[in-house]
Amino acid sequence: MENSNDNTSRYVQTMIAGLWRENPTLRLLLGMCPTLAVTAAVKPALTMGCSVIFVLVCSNIIVSLMRNLLKPHLRILMFTLTIATFVTIADLFLKAYLPRMSEMLGPYVPLIIVNCIIICRAEACASKNPLFVSIIDAVGMGIGFTVTLCVLASVRELLSTGKIFEVSLMPNAFVPWAALGMPVGAFITLGLMIGLVNIITGKKA
Amino acid sequence: MDTLIILLMGFISIVVVNNLVFTKFLGICPYLGVSGRIDMAFGMGLAVTFVITLSGTLTWLIDHLLLIGTPLEVTRYVCFILVIAGAVQLVEMYLRKFFPSLYDSFGIFLPLITTNCAILGLCLFLNLWGTDSLLEAVVLSFGAGIGFTMAICIMAGIRENLDLADVPGCLKGAPITLITAGLLAMAFMGFAGMIR
Repeated sequence: MENSNDNTSRYVQTMIAGLWRENPTLRLLLGMCPTLAVTAAVKPALTMGCSVIFVLVCSNIIVSLMRNLLKPHLRILMFTLTIATFVTIADLFLKAYLPRMSEMLGPYVPLIIVNCIIICRAEACASKNPLFVSIIDAVGMGIGFTVTLCVLASVRELLSTGKIFEVSLMPNAFVPWAALGMPVGAFITLGLMIGLVNIITGKKA
Repeated sequence: MDTLIILLMGFISIVVVNNLVFTKFLGICPYLGVSGRIDMAFGMGLAVTFVITLSGTLTWLIDHLLLIGTPLEVTRYVCFILVIAGAVQLVEMYLRKFFPSLYDSFGIFLPLITTNCAILGLCLFLNLWGTDSLLEAVVLSFGAGIGFTMAICIMAGIRENLDLADVPGCLKGAPITLITAGLLAMAFMGFAGMIR
């Protein structure tokens, strides 16, 4: 009984670590490209987040299962090939069922292959831990990533168009800040957000 | 003559107007990681330029000779990533043999070129833009590498001076780099609409 309690608390901790303490985007600064590229609006950000969760969980499962067979110098190659396979599945799925979203995200869906978060989790967690811990870790990290994307996207969408999910939230007198919907806004908003997180956690860089 | 103008336009377009770092957000990770010192940034830029030219050309060939129009098209991403990983391995071996000091100073960032989004991103964009001649693909890939080198060198120059500036504690490091990149992106927006 004692032992299973220990295990449970460890699982919960792994999960929470991904959400805040080791949040991939805000604390570890991984996976910047999609974070900046798809956050002009909430919908693509959410789609991207879900695709990343799917790929992350699947690749962590496979990597964790084959962790004892890996040769050190071929490790990264095996990870990338596994990830590329699942990204292809996700891409074909989006093309078939959400063709408009797939067109909007364009090359950023296949770019999940080189998203550092997934390789980092395969290397740092899945290649050393048993199956269940790897899954929990992947889910935690994936949700942390998705939530961050959505927060960033809602700030940008609200200020650049005055709407979220087509619902107008700002008073009529509000003049949209068009710049926030452009690349400029992505860089600056993310910079300020990381600054804010640094204040909250009291981290001195 | 016409081909020459098209190639020149394509080159300028990908270096300044559609710069991969500032308008497509590709290659941000090494951009934040290696842009601390200008000599390292330049070396990184050259390595990326080499890999991107090689893999851009190879993936274009593979795409057009083998994949397009056959059922093998679904394996596109897997093929692309294999080509890139191979090209990076080549650069790594070459540097270790001929420039060991540069090789040591790159450390972990060298194998990480494989996962540099700029490279895979360019290969995918070549496909998306419907580049239809080999020469154009070569010029565009080379231009993308030059654009990346330019962006990372500008950033390294700014960051060397930023060390002396009085930045608020919470913004030190990555945040201020991102904000600077935002301001640079704004400057590069001035080129938008010049070509294409």
